[in-house]
Amino acid sequence: MTQSNLIKNRGYHFLPQQEEILMSIPPTIGDSLRKQGLSRREFLKFCATAASLMALPPTMIPRIAEALENTPRQSVIWLSFQECTGCTESLTRAHAPTIENLIFNMISLDYHHTLQAASGDAAEKARAEAMKANHGNYLLVVDGSIPLGNPGYSTIAGISNQDMLHEVASGAKAIIAVGTCAAFGGLPYAYPNPTGAVSVQELIRDKPIVNVPGCPPIPVVISSIVAHYVTLGTLPQLDSLKRPMPFYGQNIHDRCYRRHFYHRGKFAETFDDEGAKQGWCLYKLGCKGPVTYNACAVLKWNDATSFPIESGHGCLGCSEPNFWDAGSFYKALSIPTAGVATAASYATVGGVAIGVVAGIRNRQQKTFAQQHHQTVTVDDLERK
Amino acid sequence: MTSADFLLMVRGPAFHLATAIFIFGILWRILEILSLGQPREHAAVRALGISGGFRTIVRRFVPAPGVFKRSMFIILAGYLFHAGFLISLFLFDPHILLFKETLGISWPGLPAPLINVSTLLGIFAMIALLINRLTHPVLKFLSGLEDYLSWTVTFLPLVTGYIAFQHLLQPYPLALALHILSIELLMIVLPFTKLMHTLTFLIARWTTGSRAAQRGIEV
Ligand code: SF4
Repeated sequence: MTQSNLIKNRGYHFLPQQEEILMSIPPTIGDSLRKQGLSRREFLKFCATAASLMALPPTMIPRIAEALENTPRQSVIWLSFQECTGCTESLTRAHAPTIENLIFNMISLDYHHTLQAASGDAAEKARAEAMKANHGNYLLVVDGSIPLGNPGYSTIAGISNQDMLHEVASGAKAIIAVGTCAAFGGLPYAYPNPTGAVSVQELIRDKPIVNVPGCPPIPVVISSIVAHYVTLGTLPQLDSLKRPMPFYGQNIHDRCYRRHFYHRGKFAETFDDEGAKQGWCLYKLGCKGPVTYNACAVLKWNDATSFPIESGHGCLGCSEPNFWDAGSFYKALSIPTAGVATAASYATVGGVAIGVVAGIRNRQQKTFAQQHHQTVTVDDLERK
Repeated sequence: MTSADFLLMVRGPAFHLATAIFIFGILWRILEILSLGQPREHAAVRALGISGGFRTIVRRFVPAPGVFKRSMFIILAGYLFHAGFLISLFLFDPHILLFKETLGISWPGLPAPLINVSTLLGIFAMIALLINRLTHPVLKFLSGLEDYLSWTVTFLPLVTGYIAFQHLLQPYPLALALHILSIELLMIVLPFTKLMHTLTFLIARWTTGSRAAQRGIEV
């Protein structure tokens, strides 16, 4: 039911001009959810889940419900730069009907060149119109990094990623950098970074930015941030890497159900040994859980079925900056990121060489001292 | 620099540099010591002295009775600290993985709670030894910058390791990076200070023991 119908249902009568004005009121999130067949009970359940995910007190649930009910859908412009579309896939492939895809009821996705039906000029026109209509109020979502090496490395409708980001960011209320590429540079940024890729926060300094890293990020995190923004008008509390604390406040290792095996020194040595079958800790197989901040161990993936460690594979640390360059995925954290053989052989040659030279010098000194040794007689001593 | 970048640096280039300096320094000093040779033995040589050398290496682990009585505190605290440090260093699984990767050899580790105990023992023993050094007039008089530097670079890996393991400092990558950095500091300082005794004590004991055995002294 649209907002105008709601008002009309209260028994008011309107002139045709007033009807027209009412019809032009954008549908609220509540309208949109109802249109999807979401019951009141399900809606409140979503509000409760969103509140708990964002670590808000239960007293906030009615406020979230009210805000979502009456707020027009948030205009969102989604820009995809150097990315693999995994982040969009993660969000759109979420199992229906879950709160992950409720995001599409909360927002008016005015531009997303992978998802929208329009293409070419029509798509760009939609972006321009959305920017104009909601200037200063729309949310900008970015996935993918921005190449600075050459503007031609990645363009949309002939516009370089950098130019498009600056243009769209200028009218945005806030920016959500979705995925590790947008948040920290990700795969394109990995050594030797052939395209000169950078993250969003390296280019935009004058707008509130929230990073939602992960390769891909957990979909419900994105919807919860939008819900937070829509209901409270603010972004959630962020950590030093601009990640929302409610989701990135704890590391995987601290929440891992295999942690007691880590403490007991019970480790899987290979992926198919007895330890792996018993579900022992995956530290020796390269798990980066101890240095990774994300909510996988709590929220899980695929309709809350499991998360990588639960499926028997160590955490890759995909929500951390530079995780691609942090050495092999299959080598333990305590192992250096690259072999030390070269450094060790140079040091051996150098150490032996200088040791031998020092030895020869010492011997020469000793021989010299022996040759110039003056014997002291008892008489000499007595004389003194 | 984020803590993730810092961790990457200490796990990468900084570790390579520390390893290179460590190997370079150790080889230099050992070769220099060995090339000094030994003074000529004027007495009649009665034994080869090899077993005497090895026996002395082992026997010197047990303090002489008189010495033990006189310096009970230093010896006990010294033992506790050395045991705590060595157990934590060589029997903690993540450390063993590092040895396996760099030296190609490995051995079974101890469960983490035991490593926790050994680390704490090491930490407390080292604090006690420092207090003793600062309060004992003779020891204080004899202590110089090198002694305090050696104490610091040995203490830091223990305390940062404990902090990292217990997650007492957040974010964890920072705590881990500080721990690795402290080890790298120790590796760099070790060859050029009295900490070199970790290796030279073997040469010294062996030489003393074998020369004594050659002269017919029972060792
Ligand atoms: S599997 Fe990974 S995250 Fe879980 S306890 Fe082991 S090291 Fe930590």
